[in-house]
Parts: sequence; structure tokens; C-alpha cells
Amino acid sequence: MDYMVSNDILNGGEPIKPRKIKQAIVEIVSDSGEGAQKCGQSFGAISAKMGNGVWTVEIIPAEIQPPARSREGASGIRVRIGSDKVTNMGNHANLVIALNEQVLYGRISQDAYNENTLMFIENKWAKSEQETIRQQYAEALLKFKESGIQVVEIPMEEECLKLMPDPRKGKNMWILGLLCYMYDRDLPKAEDQIRTIFKKKSDAVIALNIKLLHAGYDWAREKLPFRYEVTPMEVHNDMVVMNGNEALSLGIMASGIELCSMYPITPATSVSHHLAEYFERVGGIVHQAEDEIAAIGFAIGASFAGKPAVTVTSGPGLALKTEFIGLAVMAEIPLVIIDVQRGGPSTGLPTKVEQSDLLAAIYGEAGDAPKIVLAAATIEECFQFVVLARKLAESFRTPVILLSDANLATGVQPFPRPKIDSFWLTNPFDQSPWKDGAFPFEWDEHTGTSKRPIPGQKGGMYTVTGLAHGQTGKVAYDPEINQAGVESRSRKFASLQKSLKPPKINGAPEGDILLVGWGSTLGAIEEAVADARAEGLKVSSLHLRFLFPMVPGLTEIFSKFKKVITVEINYSDTPGHPMITRENRRHAQLAWLLRAQTLMDIDSFSNVYGQPLNPEKVLNMIKRELNIENAKVSV
Amino acid sequence: MHLQTHEFCSVPSFDHDYGMEDYGKGVARWCPGCGGHSILTTVQRVCKDMQYEPEKTVVVSGIGCSGRFPHYMGTYGFHGLHGRAFPVASGVKFRRPDLNVFVVTGDGDCCSIGAAHWVHAIRYNMKMVALLFDNGIYGLTKKQTSPTSPLNTHSNTHPKGSFLPPINPLQTTLGLANVSFVAQTVDWNAAHLYATIRKAAEHPGLAFVRIVQRCPAFMRDLYGDIAVDPKNLILLSNENGINLKPKARKAFGRVIEHDPSNIHKAREHAEIHNGIPIGLLYQNTDNVRYDEYGAHNLGMGVEEKKENLESLLDQYSTSQSVK
Repeated sequence: MDYMVSNDILNGGEPIKPRKIKQAIVEIVSDSGEGAQKCGQSFGAISAKMGNGVWTVEIIPAEIQPPARSREGASGIRVRIGSDKVTNMGNHANLVIALNEQVLYGRISQDAYNENTLMFIENKWAKSEQETIRQQYAEALLKFKESGIQVVEIPMEEECLKLMPDPRKGKNMWILGLLCYMYDRDLPKAEDQIRTIFKKKSDAVIALNIKLLHAGYDWAREKLPFRYEVTPMEVHNDMVVMNGNEALSLGIMASGIELCSMYPITPATSVSHHLAEYFERVGGIVHQAEDEIAAIGFAIGASFAGKPAVTVTSGPGLALKTEFIGLAVMAEIPLVIIDVQRGGPSTGLPTKVEQSDLLAAIYGEAGDAPKIVLAAATIEECFQFVVLARKLAESFRTPVILLSDANLATGVQPFPRPKIDSFWLTNPFDQSPWKDGAFPFEWDEHTGTSKRPIPGQKGGMYTVTGLAHGQTGKVAYDPEINQAGVESRSRKFASLQKSLKPPKINGAPEGDILLVGWGSTLGAIEEAVADARAEGLKVSSLHLRFLFPMVPGLTEIFSKFKKVITVEINYSDTPGHPMITRENRRHAQLAWLLRAQTLMDIDSFSNVYGQPLNPEKVLNMIKRELNIENAKVSV
Repeated sequence: MHLQTHEFCSVPSFDHDYGMEDYGKGVARWCPGCGGHSILTTVQRVCKDMQYEPEKTVVVSGIGCSGRFPHYMGTYGFHGLHGRAFPVASGVKFRRPDLNVFVVTGDGDCCSIGAAHWVHAIRYNMKMVALLFDNGIYGLTKKQTSPTSPLNTHSNTHPKGSFLPPINPLQTTLGLANVSFVAQTVDWNAAHLYATIRKAAEHPGLAFVRIVQRCPAFMRDLYGDIAVDPKNLILLSNENGINLKPKARKAFGRVIEHDPSNIHKAREHAEIHNGIPIGLLYQNTDNVRYDEYGAHNLGMGVEEKKENLESLLDQYSTSQSVK
């Protein structure tokens, strides 16, 4: 246990030397609009700049201004910092700072805290003029303490009032100061961070926030009897730190794409916010379309005209775009489609993570419409995979769907600074005359690939159509021509698949259990596997990036393990329910694909709590599978 | 062999004179008597007279009888989805100011399944010619009521007669934000059809042309009287309008003076019930054009892009402090 405190710890005393710890998980939770996320992101950024591993997860309510002090309105952030690389949100928080007590209920029910968690709560509610609030506050504190959490009441409002008349929008930087003291963060770096986040505000605002930072720091130095140091790594590479949606945006810019055509949808929209601010500096532009359908249609039009384009959306938007995706498949128009997945079906859980669009991405269109489907597993991959997606889209003359999710969207992690290649930024804008007599769909018999004419190319004039067509591009309902067309459009992906390498196995190449994941669960799965292997369990994992076409060699890899289990954030029936049988069980989406692909009895561990996966839940599942006694039953 | 075009147009001479055959491809498969044939020939003539380079011309269509149009053009073509011609055409034009873009859309396409895009394409006002082939019926799917079918049209979806009043595409378009060009013509008057599409092609913005079109297969009677009796066509005449030679004006029973800069009058004319107003209802060449916004930062070099991208990445670097 890292923290030993009594309820009256705030005695202060002599300055203390920080105790070294390997990692810390900190949460800041508040009503919406109190700046908890800004505080946490800053804490994460400062830590990354000091050389720590960082992972952040935002806690976002679905409404902009939910009622104050409401359980469902909790808005906040979890920041995990470590001496090593951090790849996931971890298990229970070490410290949570709450601006009111009500917002903690939701987090408690999500199992975010345990008896080792230290809870700092704003104490102004104890003196509220409203009796109900005083009662709620007292009741909550009692409840939290009874559950074993260590609760400390902190006079945040009172301290901030010394510097400003309304601390609602200022407390967050005071808390940042407290955290900087408590985890021995570099104050000049913190000041820099404040200058960055308030760069559009006046000097007076910046000065006030720096004052608040120092006030929080000084208060903590005076009052707290403990202090920690999460030793930074030695940084050899130049690192960048950003969230997944910023990485997607920068990836779009680096990929040479020059048009993002979008319609606002959570949690994808911030990609376009970032692009809207910076894209034009690198020769690109954002088009906000009238709807999701028009957004992709516009991107397809631009791409047809030789301008690389992307459309960015989330599940409900992807559903609306399916008809156009089918057209892009049929007409072989390169296009990158980014789907930042959220909870579904329908409007579902707009701000929460889920990985339920996999089958829709692969099979969502009417007719046979194969196209490439990739999934980013890290923030770095959010960047790199856009570059890859554009390249694949053009090489194979196809739409490419890149899957991300709400966890990656707002998660912040440092990664080595990408080395921009000038080649990425070049454009396929060929305006030289089209080869005399060549057809617009001159499918290579072996690979199925073909070269496309671009408007402006003399002699290349053809008409794109979603109707069946042969190599000449002319509408043809002839049975042979249709068979040949569908075959060629499919063969492209067989040739791509041939060029892919089998996935790397994390752990030994044989054993009792192989976990298979995709997307943002990578870090949690690998941490669980590391913990399991440390306990001597024969567990390995692998993570898929190519979902269609799928990487080769899976059947052989799987055959070396007694059991293969996919780990996913989507729905599957839990075996054991009286209604669920072997025959009718609905499998998680990747499991479904792998079962079809390998003809093996692949199991799945999946749920739709709308929460990122944590390593402990995966570890417990591993132990249950191996019938190990001390496994917790909770999932 | 190229036709001499100077009789019709004042475009300076080109290295290569494009002829009618440069704009055609295949044999149109519309029904005999379909208005599509005359519109196709007219668009080809306009392209030729404007000396549009075929490789720099893109015709985008939706689905329906009119959707087949690009297949018969010798230019680049895009026969896309039902109702979605406008977004595709807008995407084509957004970053390619050098392309001449035509949108071909039917009444079901434009006024029903793609109505949202119609509203916004008018607002974008990107330089292109949008032709609404309005025959008041779904033809390719065999006679269903269209949003422009007159009240009480007997169709396969409304065998007892359609129940709702039709949309008036002129009235609707004239009510949209940033509208800059609205004209109406008929498929059976070649001179007026040509003059209208020509005027549209010269307009700096989105030129919306409703073409009253006959469907001999399913709506034989719809414009029957009108086509037979020229009195039913009301020619809107103005020096700034669509100008016809005096001989061609004789085909119109009624001529009224209408200043196309007057949007209020244009809306009144759009609602004429005892005939069809033909001509330029409204034109404003000063409207904001979204294609100009789209093209404003074209042509940045790779090295400049790279440099700016690197300095952007600096902002995220852990080893740099704030500038």
C-alpha cells in the first residue's frame, strides 16, 4: 500500500523527501465544466515531458451541462503515470480528487477505487446553506469511509477564494499545483503547460492560473505529510504526446490527404476540430457537410477527381455511409474512412468506448463489398495507420476503414516523434495523357489491381458507375462480366493478404491460453499477460491490426494453445445462462470472424460496460479459465 | 471533321477545335420521344460551343432515367447513387477549379431522396450547372408518384390518384439561402433549351435549371397541352435574361418582361398557375462561392507542407517548451 493516512493528516510539518514509487493512478472528478479534464491532461502532459510513461482516460458525461452534483453528470479524468511505458488505464486509483461527493458514486460503481484509494473531497459542501446538500455530503462521506476508502476533506474553494472571487473555473489549476507537489513535478514545466493551454487567453488569465498553481503547491507542501516521486525514464528518442484524435488529425495531415469531409458526431468530432485549426497550414481543408451521407459523397467526389480525401465518423455515421462505401468499392475509388467507435446500437453510449462496429465495417454494405479494415491499437498507431490507410487505398484502389474508439480518442500517451516522409505528402494527381487504349478497370489477372484515370487526363474519359461493369467501365449485366468484376475486386485483397506477415506473439508461442485482441485493449491485455506470466501461468497474447484481410498464420499459431479467447469490448452471450447453449451463443465479433476463418472453437471474453478494459479483469478471467483459486468472480 | 462554332460563340480559337463527336459516347437508350435525347444533344452543343476540354469536364448524375446521362457523354462521368449527385459533384469541384462540372438529376433524385443535398448545394453556390430533369414521374422503376407529380396523378403507388400537392422546384430553390441562378426551360424547344443551358454554363456560381421534360412512357399527358399550345408557355423576357432570336420568340404565346435581379418578382412568377414561366427567373453574380473557399490554399509544395507539419509536431514534443 502506497498511502498510510489517518483522517486528520493535514498537520503539515517539516518538508519531506519524496518516496519513490513505480506508478500512480490519479483521478480528478467534478461536475461538467469545472476543468477537471484540463487539469488531468496538464498533469499528464507535464509528466510526459518529464519522461514518464502516461495514459489518460477521460470520464465524459453525454450532456454538455448535466445538473450540478448529479451522479450521472460526473466529468473527469484518470491519469496513470509510470516509470515505464504505460499502455492502459490500470486498475484502482491511488488518489481521487473530487469537487463534490455525488460525482464519486458512479466511479465507485465502476469499481474505480478500493481500500487503498485516497480520496480528497472539496469540503465546502459541509457548510452549505442547503440542508439537503449538507446531509448528502455527510451521508456520502460516511458511506465512502465505511467501504474502506480513505477520505480527506480539502478546503479547495476556501483556498482559491483567496485569489479569485469565483473559483469554479480556477480550482482545477490549484489542484494541479497540489498534484505537482505530491508527485514531485517540475514547476517550470507546469507553468509552461499553463501558458500552452491558455494561449488564447489574456496575460491576466495566465498569471492568475500560475498563481493558483503555486497556491495549490504551497498548500500541499504545508499540509501533506507525504510526497512521491515517479522516477522518469531516460528519454533517448524525441517524444510527442497527444490524444488519439489529435494523432488521427496529424496522421491525416502527414498522409498527404488534403480534404477531410465530415459531419459532427461524438466521439469523432474533435479530429475535425483539430484539423479545422491546423489543416490549412499544410495545404488541406475541412468540409463540414450537411449530413453523414453527403460527407462521404463529397470525399468520394474529391478522390475521384484525384484529391486524397478522408471522412471521419462514428458508428451511427458509418451506418449512414454504407451505400456510398458500397459505391466506392464497386467503382474502385480510393478513400479513407475513420470510425471512432462508441457504444451502440443506435445512439447508444455516445461518449463511451465500445468495439462493436467491426462486423459492420467489414460486412455492412449491401452486396459483396470487400474493402480493407484496419484497427489502431495505440495512439501512435492512430497517427501511423492513417498514412498506411491512404497508401493502401491508392495502391489497391479501394476504400479503407480505419477503426479507432472512444478510449483512444481521448487517451493521451507519449510516443516517438514520427519521422515525416516527403513521399507521404505527394499527390497521385497524374494529369499526363492516359495510356492509349487502356481500359479504366484493366484488372491484373493475377492481383486484381488496376490503374485509374483521373479527370484532366486526356484520353482517360470514363464514367464511374455503381452498376455492374467490366474492364471498359461500361454498364454490363452480362453474367460472365459480373462474375469477373466481383472476382477482380475480391482478388485485390487476397493479394494484399499474401503480403502481410503473421502477427507477433506476446509471450511464448505455445501454452494454455492465447488471448487475441484488437484495437485499444492492447495495453490492458499485455499487462494482464505479463502479470499472469509473472505468476507462472502459461498465457500469451496477440493483437490484430488487419481485420480485413486478416493476417496469415493464425490457424497454426492457435493450434499451439489449449484455448484461444478473444478479449473485446463488445457483446457476447455469457455461457452458463439457462437460455444460452453452445448452438445459440452469440460470440464476440472478432471471435465470430476467427471461428469462421480457422474452424476452431474460439471463445470470447467481452462486455459492454462502456468502460475501457483494465488488466485486473483480464487477469481474473485468465485465472478463472485456469481454475485458479484466488480468482475474483467479478467480471 | 469539326463543326465551325463561331456562329454561336465568341470564345477565342483553340489549338484544337472540339466537335460534337468529342462529347458523345455510345447510343442513348432512353425511350423514343423522351426529353433526355434533346437535353443530351443540347449539353453536347453547349460544351462544344464553350470549347470545354472533354477531359476537363465531369458530368455527375444520380439514379433514374436521367442518371444514365453521363454514360452518353464523351467526358468524364460519375453515375453515382440515388439523390446524391450534388455531394459528389461538389466534392469534385471543391479542389479542382479547373474542371467544368454538370449535375444531372431527376425529380425523384433531387426533390425527394436527395432533397437535403439540393438545399445545401444551392447554398454552397459552387460553379456548376445543375439540370433538373423534371418529368413528374419515376420512370425507370415504372411509374411511381414523384414529388413533382401533379395532384391526383394516377400511378402504381397511388392508383386512386396522388394525395399531396407537388413540390414546386422553382419556388423551393428561390427560397434557399445564397441562391444565385434559377431558370426554367422545356425539352421540346431546342432554341430556348440551348440558350438556357448556355447562360447557365456562363454563370459564376451554381446555375439551377429546371427542365420541364416529357415522359412518353408514363406521363404522356402531363405537358401534352402545353407542348401543343404555345400560349401555355410564358416567356420571361429581359435584356439580362435568356435571349432568343426574334424568330424563336414566336414559339411563345405570351411574353412578359421580368428583371432577373428581382427575387420577389421571380418568386411570384415561379407560382404562376395558368401556364409555365420559361426563362431566367433569377440571377445574382455576386453571391459567395464555396468553391472559391475550397480552392483558396491549393498548390502548396511538399517541402512547405513538411516544414509546417514539423513545426506543428513541435507543439507536441516532450522536449520543447512553449514558444
